[in-house]
Amino acid sequence: MRFRTSLLTAAALLALAGPAFAADAPGVTATEIKIGNTMPYSGPASAYGVIGKGETAFWKMVNEQGGVAGHKIDFISVDDGYNPAKTVEQARRLVEQDGVAFLFNPLGTPSNTAIEKYLNQKKIPQLFVATGADKWGNYKDFPWTIGWQPSYRTEAEIYARYILQEKPNAKIGVLYQNDDFGKDYLAGLKDGLGDKYAKMVIKEASYEVTDPTIDSQVVTLQGAGVDTLVTAATPKFAAQTIRKVYDIGWRPLHFMTNVSISVASVMEPAGVEKAVGLISASYGKDPTDPTWKDDPGMNQWRDFMKKYMPGADLADASYVYAYGVSLTMLQVLKQCNGDFSRENVMKQAANLKDFELPTVLPGIKLNTSPTNYHPIRQMQLEKWNGKTWVLFGKVLGGAGS
Amino acid sequence: MLAFLHQVLSGLATGGIYASVALALVMIYQATHQVNFAQGEMATFSTYMAWKMIDSGFPYWAAFLLTLVFAFVVGVTIERVIVRPFYKAPVLSVVAVFIGLLLIINSLSGAIFDYTIKPFPSPFPSDAWYGSPYLSSHEVGMIFVTLMVLALIFAFFRFTPLGLAMRAAAENPVSSRLVGVRVGWMLALGWGLAGMIGAVAGMMTAPIVYLDPYMMFSVLLYGFAGALLGGIDNPWGAVLGGFIVGVLQNLAGAYVVGTELMVTVALVIIVGILVIKPSGLFGRTIVTRV
Repeated sequence: MRFRTSLLTAAALLALAGPAFAADAPGVTATEIKIGNTMPYSGPASAYGVIGKGETAFWKMVNEQGGVAGHKIDFISVDDGYNPAKTVEQARRLVEQDGVAFLFNPLGTPSNTAIEKYLNQKKIPQLFVATGADKWGNYKDFPWTIGWQPSYRTEAEIYARYILQEKPNAKIGVLYQNDDFGKDYLAGLKDGLGDKYAKMVIKEASYEVTDPTIDSQVVTLQGAGVDTLVTAATPKFAAQTIRKVYDIGWRPLHFMTNVSISVASVMEPAGVEKAVGLISASYGKDPTDPTWKDDPGMNQWRDFMKKYMPGADLADASYVYAYGVSLTMLQVLKQCNGDFSRENVMKQAANLKDFELPTVLPGIKLNTSPTNYHPIRQMQLEKWNGKTWVLFGKVLGGAGS
Repeated sequence: MLAFLHQVLSGLATGGIYASVALALVMIYQATHQVNFAQGEMATFSTYMAWKMIDSGFPYWAAFLLTLVFAFVVGVTIERVIVRPFYKAPVLSVVAVFIGLLLIINSLSGAIFDYTIKPFPSPFPSDAWYGSPYLSSHEVGMIFVTLMVLALIFAFFRFTPLGLAMRAAAENPVSSRLVGVRVGWMLALGWGLAGMIGAVAGMMTAPIVYLDPYMMFSVLLYGFAGALLGGIDNPWGAVLGGFIVGVLQNLAGAYVVGTELMVTVALVIIVGILVIKPSGLFGRTIVTRV
């Protein structure tokens, strides 16, 4: 039925606007833009599903305010269960059956990896993907795919800079997950430490996601004489690491990937007092941080939440993320100036100039260009004091790839 | 030297986890001559029940005992309702059923209790005299509990008529039936007891690795390695095998092959043992007259 309606619409368009319009801007009619999205609403990463809900609410708000250049947004967000095979199936459905103009903010590194070839071959923009892997800045091989948040590699580079400044004689150890995520941190430390890497990093220890514990790795790192530990681990292993390091009486300067800084799923299971002194980095405003209690930017987000997501958990940072990344998308659509062809959308996504968001830390600006596909490259360090993360120092930038 | 000792002790702690799962595998193998791939997921699910009870205000030991009852009932029910119809089916069909169970129970845990990790309390006080930086009091306690369960299983199969009947039912169902053993119920009982042992393993493991639906996914593999190494029909051997796998893995990871190949070590152990001594280090070699 749906197929037939779209055929009818296409026929009507052909009659009205001539073939050029229909061919140049798939997924766009005179009154509507179709945007596709995949999210893990079920399965192991379903906690991130709230991002999709927040985005759906955001586009509803945009439509109520009149849409963009006379176009309403039809946001089609579907479940992939965090299963890359399913993501492929859903992306094809979005493109070939629903006929979306482009994909916005599909979530997950493996999921986006599974669809990047397909989308790039068909020249369909894959915009502001929800993953921190560094590979999304690869404008040469995948010109239709662009990242959004700071990459893990940028983050590690910032840690390296801080170590060089504050503890130039550090004996660094790295505990990392043996995959793209963990290896981005090794790459970032190499970027930041340069030729000092070989001398300063005295031990690298990896773990597999199938390992039951990381105890042996922690013992190995301690035994090697490490006094500065960089941990690139997912929440379960991060909590285990914090606890084990404390329990064996080891007190290194400890950097923790910002993937694993959630109070509820890392700090509390590890023991809040065992994590005191832990250092990480952030780019977004934490909704639970009292610093932003009366912040105009965060109040803008809170007003949105109150009206369009009543009853949602205001402590969940994923909603702040959804709002920020959607505002970026909206900015791109505005910059399109009425021409929503795939070429122009991609061109404008790679043409953000000092764009500021109300939900990221003051001083952080979004910039993209045809040779820069990493919109956010700045972060600020923060320290865990036993109750909350406290920001310190200046906003630091990393080059990334 | 100190680092070496530390690796050995932390290997013993992890080995204790493997040993407790290996025991559950031995139990079900002794009772049914089957290897249950869903054993780990059943244990995880039972541990979630314990977590739920403790979370809603039950004292630890009350929750512990109720969980054992729950695990027993679930084990018996699964045998009676799901496994029984496949009693005469080929081995591959039975394996498919077990893998199906594994996936179903895993998704159920996730759907009901979600996928974020949950801290699980330990019954052993963290400042107890037997705790140290090398082996936390919970790890010492867990090893003790594993040895206790081992003694109970050993005594059960060796000294009680029921244990003898269960062994007989698994070994030779036809003759057992002829001498009056109710073979069907013996199998169900075996499932129930294995479920209970699994639940103990789950509740002892969760404080160390945190509770999430994938808690036992990989532990089961190492439990297998331990059980096969020691001999899957010998509880002592299985426990010893679990400890050996834990320690060997740590030492190999730290000094020989590096952390990247630690998982491989367990698999090499399984294959190596199956090739050289199929019945395990301490298993009985079964001679069949033809």
